[in-house]
Amino acid sequence: MSDVTVQVRIPTVLRPLVGGVSVVESSGATVGALFEQLERAHPGLGARLLGGDGRLHPFVNVFVGDEDVRYLQGVDTPIPDGAEVSILPAVAGG
Amino acid sequence: MAGREERAGGTPLIRLERISPRSEVAIFAKLEWYNPTGSVKDRVAEFMVEEAERQGRLRPGSRLIEPTSGNTGIALARLARLRGYRLTAVVPANISVERRRLLAGYGVEIVETPAELGSNGAIDRASSLAAGSGDVMLFQYGNEANPLAHYCGTGTEILQQLGPVDALVAGLGTGGTLMGAGRALREANPDTAVVAAEPPIGELVSGLRSIEDGYLPPVFDPAALDGRILVRTEQAVAMTRRLMNEEGLFAGISSGAAVHAALRWAERMERGTIVTVLPDAGWKYLSSGAWTDPIDQVVARLSAQLYF
Repeated sequence: MSDVTVQVRIPTVLRPLVGGVSVVESSGATVGALFEQLERAHPGLGARLLGGDGRLHPFVNVFVGDEDVRYLQGVDTPIPDGAEVSILPAVAGG
Repeated sequence: MAGREERAGGTPLIRLERISPRSEVAIFAKLEWYNPTGSVKDRVAEFMVEEAERQGRLRPGSRLIEPTSGNTGIALARLARLRGYRLTAVVPANISVERRRLLAGYGVEIVETPAELGSNGAIDRASSLAAGSGDVMLFQYGNEANPLAHYCGTGTEILQQLGPVDALVAGLGTGGTLMGAGRALREANPDTAVVAAEPPIGELVSGLRSIEDGYLPPVFDPAALDGRILVRTEQAVAMTRRLMNEEGLFAGISSGAAVHAALRWAERMERGTIVTVLPDAGWKYLSSGAWTDPIDQVVARLSAQLYF
């Protein structure tokens, strides 16, 4: 557990797992710790975000602030206190 | 055909003199609305059509079918008119009224897919309609002619106009611009950072059954990027307004998003050169009130639309 408070933006596709809301408050000093906390609070959510190998699911993009953690330190990316984390499914444009 | 038709490409590259957060970081913008139908997609449509013609897949009278949120459909529609093809555009129902009317004006048959499925729904529907129909789906998401158009065109032009750069920042739709132009720029400078500007459209795509329904375009390799910056709609609109007010540019919302991300990347550089790609002008976004109305109203309208 950590004292780092995080606002997590939940995409529509995952809102049924969090009671239908678009933002949940959670905690975690890293993306991995946050996902563990989210799984405890909302069982099933963590499994949607991580693949079997413990890495980010390829169809999930996670942003700490406005930066994709895949290009930072993945699940080890630190989260500053009060940060916003956005979870987005991979969709196309064009 | 070549020589009679206006060709895609050869667009201006200008320096954004007033908008860079650091005087030692120069930000250049490739103005893609100087293409025949006013968007970067003219490059992709031309490459895909001409490759299919060379392969003999496309012949006069052929019907094209393509999933698109608008600009690719509009670019294909023009070529179809000029070269005697028919076109079915499979579009999410929430594309803007301007895009829909442009497609209709070109005589395109429009098939709508549910807005809540986003572009993914259009891709699935077009694929099933094309299967066994004899229609030709060029399929921008999986057609290597898409990044190739940006390798041979966008990226090569940037090198000719400016030379090697430190970073390329462009919107992520199919990934074609980032992959193709990124490859050309890295051949000149292997250290060029290739950075995606990501719109938050996935947040509102509600019709996916699960994350497993997500989609990574086959032409897009996430490992080829150095960073990906999420640009909220309000940030894209705010930058679109700054482009008009400070640089005199009437750019579209996805251009605002790309420039926003370019400025974010500039903040981490001490000096150097960033090039960004402005996909289209503001015309197709006028109905959003982007330049005139309170920003929360504009964001609400754009959030209900697909603008990438």
